[in-house]
This record gives sequence, C-alpha cells and structure tokens, in this order.
Amino acid sequence: MTQQDAFPGMVKLLTADGQELATGWVDRVAGSLKGRISRNELDRELTELYTALVEALRDGVADAHADGMSEVRALLTELSRNRARQGFSPTETAISVFALKHVLEPVLQDGSDQDIRAYLRLGRLLDDLGLFTIETYSRTREEIISSQADQLLELSTPVIKLWDGVIAVPLVGTLDSARTQVVMEKLLQALVDTGSEQAIIDITGVPAVDTQVAQHLLKTIVAARLMGAECTVSGIRPQIAQTIVALGIEFGDIVTKASLADALRLALKKSGVEITRGGGVGR
Amino acid sequence: MNVPWAADDEPQTQPVVMNDDVVRVRQFARGLSQRCKLSLVDQTKFITAASELARNTLVYGGGGSCTAGLVRGRGRLGVAAVFEDFGPGIPDIELAMTDGWTSGGGLGLGLSGARRLVDEFALDTEAGRGTKVTVIKWAR
Repeated sequence: MTQQDAFPGMVKLLTADGQELATGWVDRVAGSLKGRISRNELDRELTELYTALVEALRDGVADAHADGMSEVRALLTELSRNRARQGFSPTETAISVFALKHVLEPVLQDGSDQDIRAYLRLGRLLDDLGLFTIETYSRTREEIISSQADQLLELSTPVIKLWDGVIAVPLVGTLDSARTQVVMEKLLQALVDTGSEQAIIDITGVPAVDTQVAQHLLKTIVAARLMGAECTVSGIRPQIAQTIVALGIEFGDIVTKASLADALRLALKKSGVEITRGGGVGR
Repeated sequence: MNVPWAADDEPQTQPVVMNDDVVRVRQFARGLSQRCKLSLVDQTKFITAASELARNTLVYGGGGSCTAGLVRGRGRLGVAAVFEDFGPGIPDIELAMTDGWTSGGGLGLGLSGARRLVDEFALDTEAGRGTKVTVIKWAR
C-alpha cells in the first residue's frame, strides 16, 4: 500500500461510525478530566478538532507539521493554552488527542488489513499531534511563569507614612541590587515629598540577611543620612541578630530595634512627640 | 574533606549560574535544614552561609554548582553543601579569609563569615583550577 492509499483508509476509519466515535472520544476525555470542564465545552472542542482532522486527511495531509494541518494545530494550540491556564496537567491535556487512538482500538480486533494499516498511520499522526499539544502546553506554562516573574519584580515596595515626619519601608523577600535600587529611590523621594526626618526600614519580611543584603541596607541608610534623615532598622529577629554577629557585619552607629513598634516609639521621641496613656475612667 | 552523605538521602546538585539560582540554593538549604530539624538560629546560619557561598560561586567563580544534602556522622544528623566552580581560584587563601578583604565590591565577609556560621568548613582551591567549598552544620 502506498502512502496515498492510506488517506481514504484513515478517513473511513474516522468517519465510519462518526457519531459513536465522537461520543466515545468525549466520554474518555471527560472521564479523565473528572468534570472540571463542562461536557458541552468538551463536545464543542473535540467536534471542531474532529472536523478539522477529517478535513485535513481528506485533503491528503497526514503530516502534523504540514500546512494542511494548520487548522488542527490552531485548535490544539487553543486547547492546550486553555488547559495550561486552567491548571490541568500535561497528561490531562494530551489525553484529548491520545483518547482518539483509544476509541479507535476496536478496529484492531475485527478490521481488515487495510484498516489496521490505516490505524497505525493515523496513530503516528496522533502521536505527533499529542507531542505538539504538550509542547504548546509547556510553552504556555513558561509564558505564565515569566509573566509572573515580571509581576514579582513590579511588586511595589510601599513607603508608608506612620506619623508626621516618620516614614517606614517594610521590606519583604529577597533584596537584590535591582530591588535595593528601587527601595532606595522610593525612600529618598518619600523623604523629600513628606518632609520627614525619620525613616524606619523594617526587615521582618526578609528571610535571611547575608552580606549582600546588609551592604544594600547600609548604602540605603547612608544615602538617607546624606539627605538629613535618621534611619532606624527594625524587625531584627533573634536568629537574624545571631547570624549577623557570626558573619561579622558591623552596623556601626546605625540604630536597630527588634520591632517596628519600638522603632516608631524611638522615632516619635526623636521628633519631639510625647505619648502618654490616656487616664481612663476609674484610674 | 570527605562528606559523610546520609545513605538514605541522595544529595542533590543544582546549577549556580544566575542570580535566581542563589535564591533557589537558599530555598533548598532552608528545606534541608528544616528536614534535619536544626534550631531556628542554626537554620538561619546555614541558609545565610549557603547564600554567601552561592553568591561567591556566581560572582567570583563565574558560575558553578551546589551539591547539598543530609549528612550523618558520629550518631548525629547534619546538613552539608558543596559549592564548586571552575573559575580563577583563590591565589592567596589567607588573604581571602581575612575579614573585610574583597577582590570585588562586597563587604569582604562572605568567606570568613560563612566559616563562622557553620560547624565544618573546608576550602579547596588553587589559582587557575577553580574553587570548592564544603560546609557542614550539625544538628544539636
């Protein structure tokens, strides 16, 4: 049998029990997805795919990467992108293609030689298309990951005004050069904008203070000082304190406090604000 | 130094070739030190040491790898990390281990500080051959 003869065989295989085949296919896929996609939607997706596939085979195209398959590939691309976005696994994505092989399997039992050859040829095509879905799937996941990384970078570090003349920067996560630059710029700008003379840098959310983080902190503080502001570092937990000592980092004359509350109290005192407890009734 | 890797727990090797890898090494070190039930202080010390050494591997060694896992010795459990690069190596070890000395723009506390953060520290280097730093922190 030549390559060309295979096409009518494949089309026949797919269209012989068209409706039954489609139902079996949707059933299989729906079973694996455990109701996380509505049957109607699945039905629509797979029917479109089925129609496009039969169309391409009728036109004599059986190469997953040929131009004639572009419609099928477009549908598969859409399908895998949706699956990837909705958090389905690669298996749950590729099953949409591979399930078709499964429902065609009975042909192997009672089909003619020609049917079996057509099945094998079709199987090869479906394998390629399945790999294509996985490739698209992982490409989509990579896109999602890289866009998330961008979002993380954009996570703004807020500068909060705690009191007249007192601002605070809560740092969360890893401090690298790029983020320190952003933090420093924001802090310095906020000092000017609010006319503050007290700045508190809170590192409660920084998991580990290594020499690079410390160096970045020190630079920021020196810059703030040059602008006439006093900086306090707060949120130094016991384990961080011990690590800093062991590392041998000198914070010099920089004031540090265990908690943000302590730092705020100090900053208020320095800016001349007195806090007194209100004498409640009954005292 | 021969690292007594725990027999039932394969050490894992990770590349250290970009900035994100330092974060990954740190997270891996955190997971290991939690599994080893180090105290919070010791966890932080080990993680910080791993962070320092990973950055050294990246910045001064031009990239390399980190192999980390649980170790067992003298009836104790511990965590170990081996940082390896094939960069220029360290010509003067004594100088490199001096507090405050740096060939780059850092604070000069990475190597010497990391040594103080862990229980065992081994530096194997030669100019032109690369650098291998092994650290172990034992659970108490």
